[in-house]
Amino acid sequence: MSAASLFFALLFYFATVVLVAGVAAKVYEFARTPAPLKIPTTPAPTTTFGVVLRMAREIAFFESLFKSNLWIWVFGWAFHFALLLVLLRHLRYFTEPVWAWVVWIQPFGMYAGFAMAGAAACLWARRFLVERIRYISTPSDHLMIALLLGIAASGLMMKFVTRTDIVAVKAFFLGLMRFDWQALPADAPLYVHLTLVAGLMIVFPFSKLLHAPGVFFSPTRNQVDDPREHRHLAPWAARLDA
Amino acid sequence: MAAPEFAVPVLEEFPAVPALQPGAMAHNKPFVASAPLNGALGFPGELPEDWQPRAIAHMGELLHKYRSLRVFLDSCVHCGACTDKCHYFLGTGDPKNMPVARQDLLRSVYRRYFTLPGKLFPALVGARDLTREVLDDWFRYFNECSECRRCSVFCPYGIDTAEITMAAREILDSVGVGHKYVNEIIGKVHKIGNNLGLPGPALHNTVEGLEEDMKDETGEDVRMPVDEAGAEVLLVTPSADFFAEPHVYSLIGYAKVFHAAGIRWTLSTTASEAGNFGMFIGNYEQLHKVAGRIRQAALELGVKRVVVGECGHAWRVAYSFWNTLNGVGAGGDDHYAQLLQKQLDPRYKQPSHICEVTWDLIRRGALTLDKEANDHRVVTFHDSCNVARASRMGDVPGGQFEIPRAIIRAVANHFVEMAPGTTHEQTFCCGGGGGLLSDELIELRVKGAMPRMAALKNVVDQHGVNFMAMICAICKAQFTKVFPYYGFKMGMVGGVHQLVSDAIRLGAKQ
Ligand code: SF4
Ligand code: SF4
Repeated sequence: MSAASLFFALLFYFATVVLVAGVAAKVYEFARTPAPLKIPTTPAPTTTFGVVLRMAREIAFFESLFKSNLWIWVFGWAFHFALLLVLLRHLRYFTEPVWAWVVWIQPFGMYAGFAMAGAAACLWARRFLVERIRYISTPSDHLMIALLLGIAASGLMMKFVTRTDIVAVKAFFLGLMRFDWQALPADAPLYVHLTLVAGLMIVFPFSKLLHAPGVFFSPTRNQVDDPREHRHLAPWAARLDA
Repeated sequence: MAAPEFAVPVLEEFPAVPALQPGAMAHNKPFVASAPLNGALGFPGELPEDWQPRAIAHMGELLHKYRSLRVFLDSCVHCGACTDKCHYFLGTGDPKNMPVARQDLLRSVYRRYFTLPGKLFPALVGARDLTREVLDDWFRYFNECSECRRCSVFCPYGIDTAEITMAAREILDSVGVGHKYVNEIIGKVHKIGNNLGLPGPALHNTVEGLEEDMKDETGEDVRMPVDEAGAEVLLVTPSADFFAEPHVYSLIGYAKVFHAAGIRWTLSTTASEAGNFGMFIGNYEQLHKVAGRIRQAALELGVKRVVVGECGHAWRVAYSFWNTLNGVGAGGDDHYAQLLQKQLDPRYKQPSHICEVTWDLIRRGALTLDKEANDHRVVTFHDSCNVARASRMGDVPGGQFEIPRAIIRAVANHFVEMAPGTTHEQTFCCGGGGGLLSDELIELRVKGAMPRMAALKNVVDQHGVNFMAMICAICKAQFTKVFPYYGFKMGMVGGVHQLVSDAIRLGAKQ
């Protein structure tokens, strides 16, 4: 096994641990921190089921963003939906035999790669072209899009230009999962792709990518509008009356 | 009105998003609270030597107490969807008034002291040390946010800049940098019982005068009882209703409604204030303490219902927070909550908004209304932010929009809506909410009112609107002040119950 293979094997173990542990720690922190007051942005659902629907619309369709800004919605939604398809498509590198529905979505996932790159490019362009968004952008905002765009571009490159030996790539990842390490094909676009993906996994729990778990914990979206019917009291607040 | 020392925005039919004018409001200087004002609320009198570590420690404390703060500071992706949603940005063009930029004033410091990348690579992630300049920027720009929550409607993660502003003001107070206007008012509530510092005897005098006026006007003995034990309803209303115009016309309206329906009601000198500025400074202890006066009055007077008058943030506090803070509502199990549940009538929503009460009576045919009495008016309705985006009325979501409108339609023949996108949950703040209704902030208030003024001008020009009805004491005071800057008459501002008052016919049913 080459040094490169060993390096990527270790990198992915490390990245996985950071991603899983980091996000778990953040989710634990979000969950543990009390929300002492009822603050749903109204009009809000008056039942738990209604809240589930509100969240589902928010997560599946970006409802609030749709009301807010059509361009950001178009690019943002396209980007995320494409990303979802691409991720699902990649399941085939981690499953043996490959599930039937994963086989079925392969062609969609492929085109989604282009959509993802295109949408990311448009979002990036907005960071330069729209004065207000330029003002609020930090270097890390630019880097994040560059990272995602790099991942998409290197992935598409492997598929459509250089033709990486994906059978060997799959063997490598299945090997990682089974602790039976296999060699990784020596291939520049693949190295780039995997390095960037590992980088993304590592920064995830420390960056704005936390919006993914965060949205589920947003009190303005996930609270039921029933303050007159049910008392809502955080433990630290209850002590004031004791 | 003296000529303003600033340019009043020109009202366009479709106001454009302004180009950025960095520092456009940097000269804005809210007055800092004096040491005694801060001290009365338990805050340090002035900025202590070690303010920086104290402020950071306080931020750490808040991060453990408020999930909203933690989630909102972590989740913003800088998408920019909120950048053109704040009336203060639209009116001033100052980029720090864009909601996300306002949040970033705090977020940058959070990143620096509480996140790994901010500790390691501050420049990369926009993290900053908490310096004196940053603190001054906080004080300025967190007092340029009216906590109206318009931005939270549009953010894909529901990030509510109001929560960030409240946390920032709480941190500022913890190091002795309070806003004079707000801290002075909270002090008055503790000392005298209401925001305006109106003592009990003055309150008695005022209502006696009003009773006489109503006698002259209607020939009926419409009462405005104070501290009457055994009344059915305790009415808690913003103290501005007692003597400010046009507020007082709504107070007269409430009295006539109760009179016509034969409901025994009372005001209370203990709870002579519905407003709760504790919310504006994000200080839970103050919020709790101020709300405690209501519980005390309700228990002492033995009332069956607690009803809240026309006030936006007061209704937010009452509707959303009272059950939490003082047990007015269902389901509490502490001592006071239990007492209140035994005493208050469970057939009514506790607390109720005066609009809920009036609309219920109208629906049941309990009021005689003469709509023609309002025929000289073409009415539009301004949704107040805290009612629209932080509370509800009635049984279904959106009742806070429908019920006041239903009342207006029942008491007036000419009603016109302002443009969609400027009403309901997308309503624009009056420009004076969130504790910004003070004189030194007049430029901000005038400019912040621009989006609402533009929407109003359209219906004035197209439909001849000559009355903007609302249900908020702060909105009323703010608009009365800023209307003249935009060429509107002060008399166009009024309460929903002012319209009710003019239309209601007393004695007809007997
Ligand atoms: S809460 Fe209102 S005033 Fe504050 S930033 Fe958001 S839109 Fe502006
Ligand atoms: S809309 Fe929300 S996520 Fe987007 S920039 Fe504003 S606060 Fe951040």
